[in-house]
Amino acid sequence: MATARKAANSDAAQPNLPFAFRKYTAEQLRDVLHKMYLIRRFEEGAEDAYMRGLIHGTMHLSIGQEASAMGICMPLTDQDQITSTHRGHGHCIAKGADVKRMFAEFFGKTTGYCKGRGGSMHIADVTKGNLGANGIVAGGIPIAVGAALAAKKLKNGKVAVSFFGDGANNEGAFHEALNMAAVWRLPVIFVCENNGYGMSTSTERSTAVKNIADRASAYAMPGVIVDGNNFSEVAEAAEAAVERARAGEGPTLIESKTYRYRGHSKSDRNRYRTKEEIEDWMTNRDPIALFEAELKEFGIIDDAGIEAVREAVKKEIADGIEFAKDSPSPEIRDLENYVYTEVA
Amino acid sequence: MDVAVRELSYAQAIQEAMAIAMEQDERVFLMGEDIGVYGGAFQVTGDLVERFGSERVMDTPISELGGAGVAVGAALTGMRPIFEFQFSDFATLAMEQIVNQAAKMRFMLGGEVSVPVVMRFPAGSGTGAAAQHSQSLEAWLGHVPGLKVIQPATPHDVKGMLLAAVADPDPVMIFEHKLLYKMKGPVPEGHYTVPIGKADIRRQGRDLTIVATSIMVHKALEAAAALQAEGIDIEVIDLRTVRPMDKQTIIDSVKKTSRLLCVYEAVKTLGIGAEVSAAVAESDAFDYLDAPIVRLGGAEIPIPYNPDLEKATVPQVPDIIAAARDLAKGKR
Ligand SMILES: Cc1ncc(C[n+]2csc(CCOP(=O)(O)OP(=O)(O)O)c2C)c(N)n1
Ligand SMILES: [Mg+2]
Repeated sequence: MATARKAANSDAAQPNLPFAFRKYTAEQLRDVLHKMYLIRRFEEGAEDAYMRGLIHGTMHLSIGQEASAMGICMPLTDQDQITSTHRGHGHCIAKGADVKRMFAEFFGKTTGYCKGRGGSMHIADVTKGNLGANGIVAGGIPIAVGAALAAKKLKNGKVAVSFFGDGANNEGAFHEALNMAAVWRLPVIFVCENNGYGMSTSTERSTAVKNIADRASAYAMPGVIVDGNNFSEVAEAAEAAVERARAGEGPTLIESKTYRYRGHSKSDRNRYRTKEEIEDWMTNRDPIALFEAELKEFGIIDDAGIEAVREAVKKEIADGIEFAKDSPSPEIRDLENYVYTEVA
Repeated sequence: MDVAVRELSYAQAIQEAMAIAMEQDERVFLMGEDIGVYGGAFQVTGDLVERFGSERVMDTPISELGGAGVAVGAALTGMRPIFEFQFSDFATLAMEQIVNQAAKMRFMLGGEVSVPVVMRFPAGSGTGAAAQHSQSLEAWLGHVPGLKVIQPATPHDVKGMLLAAVADPDPVMIFEHKLLYKMKGPVPEGHYTVPIGKADIRRQGRDLTIVATSIMVHKALEAAAALQAEGIDIEVIDLRTVRPMDKQTIIDSVKKTSRLLCVYEAVKTLGIGAEVSAAVAESDAFDYLDAPIVRLGGAEIPIPYNPDLEKATVPQVPDIIAAARDLAKGKR
């Protein structure tokens, strides 16, 4: 294909290409596909391990929302920080986490990111700037504002991103945090992944405004709506927001409209939505399928290349699960570790 | 009158109590997150929305502070709301309305008003839900004058105490251990109440008193049954109410047994065990003690995710057996 080596061309050369295909190299784009598959297969693997009784507790899967996590993390460096949610596996992988250590955490092992203390709902990778998933809806939003405040005071150029769901926009913490971020012009990006529901409650039933992005005007910041299942659209909005934040112009609220395929958690009977609705999203708007089609259309990858990505991911997942199984469990005598900072 | 008694689960007993309360009193309604078509995170409200409609089984947005406050305001002005927190941990988001408003309103206004709100809190560990979904915060609320705080341990008691709570003119906080929801037990049909503020002697014994709360009542009974074989005769008191605490039942029991063991899941220090111990230490039962009082509570840590660590964090039956055996032998 003629366009195969032309990705990352300038705007002038390829005016009709979607943003991501102008901005990123072919290698970067193939890596995005790789990570989107990694997120999906990680979650399928975790779900399977849960069903087989290898993992306890509960988990919240972001299958169907992979493009959103990947698009937002594109402009971020390892120094930039994110706060995530109960539905945080995708954010964690998009920010660069190793699935081995994620599986180990799910299996409650000492090699896990939280040494087996946190599990799915608290998955984090602070070395890559992921300050953690959160069991409290909206709990991470003010924390991201705090990270942005610290970055401003320390003048280290970092930006902070807070991921949260549509349901979180009705917590006081959301409103208080957005206001402070705007008043203090902090380098923070609020990313609402609107998947239509907070557990069983649709945004129509829970939220007075039509779009979560409409909330932005109350806090005098830009409110941007993107198709969360379109990687390029998400990345474009993220790049602009990060640029604005780094330039000292303050926060942005991005509403990424997407959909979760699975139930809210492992105890969901899906009685609040129809099978048709779920199937429509899965067959017509799947973020990986859409991205793959674009990659092929613009000559970045062919079927054999896609197959190779899938195989590589499959192996990573299998290795991750093996690593987790083989890892040691915490000792009961260490029960009281990590409550306070150990002073040497 | 013949009252039929069936086996119901703890969750079904709560649901039945709420249905009876709504049938009998137009002012009663339910509020909470995902309590409608979802049926509640623990299926406690179940299909009530189909019977009573979404005006009386109201899904709230994810807004604990506001939601609790709306319930307080409605209670203040003539309604009888029952507010469900999806997890007791989220009480921390609503502390302002619970502690500053609901608890103090009547006092601050010189007795001119009352706040007949009921709040339900699914609590406790054992589900692998980790540090922010497994806490036992009943002692927090028990510290606040103006609130009543209960911890029913059986399907029978939770139905009767919930109906007593709905009838109560003051705010009542119900802590329901999540592991109890599926536990079955005999529950009479129809309306009945179990008094708030009265402990229950669940097992008579001579050698040692165990005061336990919530799920620990069942663990204590199991331990007592096991120790009977060793000739240790244990009295088990189900505290049932944290505030106001039934100190007299504890004092009377300790006067008989001369030994006291408190068992509760919440973090051990500054908790219910301290208050139970003080009740004895400050009373004439103190002179009857033949051994120091022993408390078994949760470790001084947040609840960990790893299942073995999680179990090790809170008292288990073997821990109770060991502690009771030592105490009975006067080893402690
Ligand atoms: C403060 C708080 N309230 C309620 C919950 C229970 N809960 C966990 S996730 C969730 C729904 C969140 O919806 P949304 O923000 O849209 O995120 P999504 O699950 O759709 O990704 C609820 C109600 C919680 N964890 N924390
Ligand atoms: Mg949502």
